[in-house]
Amino acid sequence: MANQNSSDKTIGRRSVLKAAAAASVLQLGAPFIRKASAAEPVLIGLDNPLTGTYAINGKNELNGCELAIEQINAKGGILGRPAKLLVEDSTSGDAGTAVQKARKLIERDKVNFLVGNINSALALAMAQVAYEKGVLHIVPGGHTDAITGATCHWNVFRVCNTTQMEANAVAGTLIKDFGKKWYYITPDYAFGHTLQAGMEKAAAALGGTKVGGDLTPLGTTDFSSYLIKAQAAKPDVIIFLVQGDDMLNALKQAVQFGLDKRIHLAGAQQEMEPLEGLSPEARIGTWVFEWYWNQPGVPHVAEFVAAIKKKTGRVPTARTWFGFVSTWTCALAANTAKSLDAVKMAKALQDFKLPPEIALMPNGAFYRAGQNQLIGDLYVGNAQAKGSAPDDLFHVTNVVKGTDVAGTLAETGCKMVWPA
Amino acid sequence: MSQLLFFNVFNGLIVGAFYALMALGLSLILNLSGVINFAHGGFLAIGAYLAYTLMPYVGFWGALVVAPVLTAAIGLLVERVLIRRLYGRDPLYSLLLTFGLAYVFEDGTRYIWGAQSLPYPIPSWLTTPLSTEYFFLTGYRLFMVALVGIAVGALFYILNRTRLGMRIRAGTLDLETVSVLGVNVRILRNLNFGLGIYLAGLAGVLAAGMLGLQPTIGTSLIMPSFVAIIVGGLGSLTGTLLGGLLIGVASGITTVFFPSATEAVIYVMMGAVLLIRPRGLLGEEGRTQ
Amino acid sequence: MNGINKQTANALIWLMLLTMPYWMGAIGGYTELGSRVIVLGLAAMALNFLLGFTGVLSFGHAAYFGLGAYGTAMTIKYLVPSTPLAILVGVIVGTIAAAIIGALIVKRRGTYFAMVTIAFGQVFYFVAFRWNEVTGGDDGLTGWTRQALHLGFANIDILGNDKAFYYLALAVFAVAVGIMALLLRSPFGRTLIAIRENEQRARFLGIAVEQHIWLAFVISCLFASLAGALYALLNNFTDPRALRWDLSGNFVIMAVLGGMRSFWGPLVGAAIFVVLQDYVSSHTENWMSFIGMFFVLVVLFFPRGVLGIIKRKVAQ
Repeated sequence: MANQNSSDKTIGRRSVLKAAAAASVLQLGAPFIRKASAAEPVLIGLDNPLTGTYAINGKNELNGCELAIEQINAKGGILGRPAKLLVEDSTSGDAGTAVQKARKLIERDKVNFLVGNINSALALAMAQVAYEKGVLHIVPGGHTDAITGATCHWNVFRVCNTTQMEANAVAGTLIKDFGKKWYYITPDYAFGHTLQAGMEKAAAALGGTKVGGDLTPLGTTDFSSYLIKAQAAKPDVIIFLVQGDDMLNALKQAVQFGLDKRIHLAGAQQEMEPLEGLSPEARIGTWVFEWYWNQPGVPHVAEFVAAIKKKTGRVPTARTWFGFVSTWTCALAANTAKSLDAVKMAKALQDFKLPPEIALMPNGAFYRAGQNQLIGDLYVGNAQAKGSAPDDLFHVTNVVKGTDVAGTLAETGCKMVWPA
Repeated sequence: MSQLLFFNVFNGLIVGAFYALMALGLSLILNLSGVINFAHGGFLAIGAYLAYTLMPYVGFWGALVVAPVLTAAIGLLVERVLIRRLYGRDPLYSLLLTFGLAYVFEDGTRYIWGAQSLPYPIPSWLTTPLSTEYFFLTGYRLFMVALVGIAVGALFYILNRTRLGMRIRAGTLDLETVSVLGVNVRILRNLNFGLGIYLAGLAGVLAAGMLGLQPTIGTSLIMPSFVAIIVGGLGSLTGTLLGGLLIGVASGITTVFFPSATEAVIYVMMGAVLLIRPRGLLGEEGRTQ
Repeated sequence: MNGINKQTANALIWLMLLTMPYWMGAIGGYTELGSRVIVLGLAAMALNFLLGFTGVLSFGHAAYFGLGAYGTAMTIKYLVPSTPLAILVGVIVGTIAAAIIGALIVKRRGTYFAMVTIAFGQVFYFVAFRWNEVTGGDDGLTGWTRQALHLGFANIDILGNDKAFYYLALAVFAVAVGIMALLLRSPFGRTLIAIRENEQRARFLGIAVEQHIWLAFVISCLFASLAGALYALLNNFTDPRALRWDLSGNFVIMAVLGGMRSFWGPLVGAAIFVVLQDYVSSHTENWMSFIGMFFVLVVLFFPRGVLGIIKRKVAQ
């Protein structure tokens, strides 16, 4: 009864809501609408957090996706058909919801591409569904190595770096400039564990040692007791591997305690989102950015920054770029393969080099064959209190080539199996 | 090791004071009105964000004074419009209502102020550590403890020395009699709710300075407050205060020896208290119901 | 007359459940959504065994739901690749936990009981959240999938076939619901209702109130963990959010929304809640506000729930 009632209403309302609901209406089999549109749109389903811890990252990725859709359609669409983005909130941590939304997009809305997720765990869970259904899946911003490592799939591609790449990129600078004894403050989930393992491995290769470490749960607000322990261990560098709001709280408290005056604070992955939430005196430390908006001299970056600024009023972050590249990857895959067949598209993306106006990096970026991992540049540098512009929160000291830090294909542990 | 332990005990007291501030507000409302206010964390967030918005106009100290008062005003309104209708009904309903409000508040703050974390500036003289040896004793944290102390002192003064406070206490024990004696119970409950929300707002402003602002700021703080109340004993505000401090210290000590159990330990404590002393440390006999 | 009405209603509900996968698609749903309604509906009905028929409010049922989920997932991942056995282990784990916790809290009532159940629920949440090596921590437990059923005469693939899994869930649901209905009609069930109506009088009549409430709590949690086991199988995944207090809150609202004094109420509530959440969260990122407002409206205007209102109309 309940179902019947609410969905009757649904139909009435849906026909009014044009943008978001058009796909569902098609699905409901209203024949006149099907005929009315000249070309049925190619559907890209985004299943990413819009609420909870990762809401801001999700919002930024969404902005990137939307800009890409506008550009794709302005340049002739996908195989001559318009591209269309269907957005679902995966929540920040509830895999049940993320999986349900993935199934909804694939089974009911019949999307041609699945995009998501920021949360590594949700990305893995979604990849499982996409693999079962044989749908091309792009992971914009979930970093855990397994996605393009141990549990890689022929249909799953990733835009952001693996944690090992980030660790390799920053380790040398830290050891050279600040010392070999490191203390880790690591978030207690897959991403953190692999990142710390990566850092330890990278440090060990250069003679660095671990003097201690703590695993902090996601959503820790008070880091004081961990910082007390870290200070007592007398390290040269405290490595902060926590992310997002946790990063914000940890750095804020470290600076309040004056730890930055005695010990160097650093880490691997850093993002614009937490730096924007920090007061100037807490914007410190050595980090890796995966993309940065202020890249003087790199072609097309300025136009991209201007387009996003016009759309959102803020500069793009690495997240915006992830979303942008993910969505463009869908279009490029189909247009290169001249088909929407997932296997053909996945084949077309092997060792596929992104055009410069999409890569937006000095040395370009490509999807490494046999792993489906995008390999681009990484930006090592310092967070800064004051830069060239109010939005310039990071000072890039050196650009590291992804190919130098990605390791060999065998090291990633990915054994790709293609459907017969 | 012993120094590490000492630091963490001290630090636990600071954190515990903060839990206690939240738990006291919850406890006030629960004792008089029988409402478990799930939206307490949401009110905390509102207090924090209001302070952020007001600060450019009234300064740090102005925001500290004004924001909790405004939060309390919102609390009075919510009680009047929504919660009041549920008194005398199964506690289930007020629990569900505040649960729903918690959703609305979290989403509302994100809608108004954005999902982006916001920096909350505090005066620079408060941010410096007082000594390199005891570096975790920053001016701000001591200031926080002092302020919690003052707030708790004021609360107990109000409850013990003013007419409103005595009525609240009497109402907690026997609402019917208080009503018969000519006290307007509706107004009493309304003011009491406002007082509880004021404490949440104050906790919010303090938390903003320490943690920064995000829409989920209140969510992680509400569960320890529940535990503080149960450990301290239902019906006793002194118990709630003690409960807050105790669980703060307990999780501080646990960080030294067994960091993964930092959160779980407070629930284990609660289990132990329920087993050994079901009414809580200072709970009154007969209020286990 | 009333008896006939009841039978028609029962027949109608079963008919709808049996045919759901075949009309869900036509009205904009999908099979997985139907399975979700069944699973969460079972959880809400299990909660209501305690809430609606014994009059005790638990706000921590997600803990047992989640334990069922973890028990099932871990059995398949670490012990034996058998779906029925995994469900059994999940239910046993959840029920044992409920028996222990229940004994600790059975003397509490009303708001105190609700608070204690919330807080104890969190213990399991933190264990799952922090005990990374075993539970997978915040990432959840992946790397396992539900296993095909071997029935001797046939193998049923419930992994690749959504409809097959739906009917497995429905079969389990039917057995569980049948047992709950029988229990409520038995003298034990009547005693529970007597406690709900007037605990003091029940006590004067010599009823061992605490033992009865404890048993009702354990039975209720048993079915909640059964629902949790199905939930893990549905997602091929489980994570600590399956144990968290917001899910407990959702179970309670489902029961209230559908009507906690009627047997089928929680299922109706679950259907409305699941479909509403699915619909709203696809159309606005501010779905939390809508769900929250929905809670408020239900409490203020429909405290008897949908079936409560219908019953009243029929009675008039």
